[in-house]
Amino acid sequence: MLGKRAEKEETPPFIPSAVIDVQNLTKRYGDVTVVNDLSFKVHRGTTVALLGGNGAGKTTTISMLMGVLLPTSGSIRVLGENMIRDRFRIMHRINFSSPYVDMPKRLSVRQNLMFFARLFGLKKPRDRIAELVNDLQLKDFLKRPVGTLSAGQKTRVSVAKALINRPDILFLDEPTASLDPDTADWLRSYLEDYQRQSGAAIMLASHNMAEVERLCDHVLMMKNGQIVDNGTPEGLLERYGRTNMEEVFLDIARDRQKIEPDNLPEFNNGGQGHE
Amino acid sequence: MNSPMPPLDQTSEDFPQSPGRRYRILALLLRHIYLMQGSWPRVLEMMYWPTIQIILWGFMTEFFLTHSSWVAQASGVLISAVLLWDMLFRAQLGFSLSFLEELWSRNIGNLAISPIRPWEFLTGLMLMSLLRTIIAIIPATFVAILLYETSIYDLGLPLVAFFANLMLMGWALGMIVCALILRVGLGAESMAWLVIFLIAPVSAIYYPVTVLPEWLQTVAWSLPTAPVFEGMRSVLFEGTFREDLFTRALSLNAVYFSVSALLFLWSWRDSRRRGKLLDIGE
Repeated sequence: MLGKRAEKEETPPFIPSAVIDVQNLTKRYGDVTVVNDLSFKVHRGTTVALLGGNGAGKTTTISMLMGVLLPTSGSIRVLGENMIRDRFRIMHRINFSSPYVDMPKRLSVRQNLMFFARLFGLKKPRDRIAELVNDLQLKDFLKRPVGTLSAGQKTRVSVAKALINRPDILFLDEPTASLDPDTADWLRSYLEDYQRQSGAAIMLASHNMAEVERLCDHVLMMKNGQIVDNGTPEGLLERYGRTNMEEVFLDIARDRQKIEPDNLPEFNNGGQGHE
Repeated sequence: MNSPMPPLDQTSEDFPQSPGRRYRILALLLRHIYLMQGSWPRVLEMMYWPTIQIILWGFMTEFFLTHSSWVAQASGVLISAVLLWDMLFRAQLGFSLSFLEELWSRNIGNLAISPIRPWEFLTGLMLMSLLRTIIAIIPATFVAILLYETSIYDLGLPLVAFFANLMLMGWALGMIVCALILRVGLGAESMAWLVIFLIAPVSAIYYPVTVLPEWLQTVAWSLPTAPVFEGMRSVLFEGTFREDLFTRALSLNAVYFSVSALLFLWSWRDSRRRGKLLDIGE
């Protein structure tokens, strides 16, 4: 019995090429449809942005992908598992950072990181915390309660928490919203490095179009709960005849150039050769 | 972004295995212990009310000893009743407050998007409630010994039976409170302090069940608390442990606990359906 258990623990986890596979995902609250029939895939090693105005359904979609919100209909497979039925098989392999969720304010940064390291079952939590403290430059405020930190410091701690378990899938909601341009740029480089080293997939919701252009392999444009357009940042710029993603965003948000549903490109975000 | 794609079988070197439930529950305890470590007024506040209660009821006992033949038969009856009642209150409050801490700090989303299962979360809350109850009650028991020469430990082994039953009932009430808060939001948080007093009049804490009107006696015997306090008086007045009362309390607790746990789990799932786990908080 013990032998079987040990053998099971040593088996490397299976990582499918499409680490997120969403089919006909819908969320309704009463008569209001917040997310309407979304289907898309996200492949490992890629960064996908979910863009749209306020109320477009981005946070609702990400919440369903993380398992904290139950969909009305449709299916979500994350790392090959059914998120509605078997999410606990993979919850230790995903993580997130969101402005809608705080960390315990009275606990110090170190205590918070230790708590999350234990929660995610790290074998050597102190080593991982030391690594993150070094990488994300948390040393100066490691002993301070999280509630006393500046917005920028909190964001760095939140990213450290999100990376504590070296997730295969990282969900980021406005990761650089409260950072100065220098720190934001540095954090983007750090996320790029993390992805390069780990092969993780990153799903990003952001209003910073420069960030999207720099980090993302693929963009899903949402409006009224639906994907109204998608493509690579370069592809979207070309299709809309624009020079930056902000203009593309405004075109879509204000219906300045309407793409007919039949002309929408099929979503395939770069998992070439891995399926 | 032009990062090279790692091979499919590659994974992080120290990839965490799905952590065992023991570690997840201990992580939750660790978070609350950190909170207590960083705030001695919190710990002091836990001990404060039970100790004040004991001082107050100790003086009342002194008075009743010379004015009440009933109390004079067993001088520890009121103090023991106060301590047992506080065990129940602290168990319920300890459970509910540990849950509320997660809402107040907006940490519930972090727990919902983590490997911890809802029933493991419940187990963690129960252990925190046990710890909080011990911290609250132990000093009060020693105050009773020092000031009034009354030791609840003189109840002997039956004390363990009473304690276990009261903890179970406290957790059951705690789960109902938390389910209600999940359902209606933090507007219902005051229930954490109020709900216990709903059953106080029919729990026969300081008087026998027979004092109650007949229809209320039926209500009293449908709660696990009345058999516990009747059992306590049986030990103090007659020196006998009533197994029938113990079995009744335990059976009722099994029902209340199961129903409350199911209610909490339903409420948790319902919050996931309504998208409340990320919204709820201050």
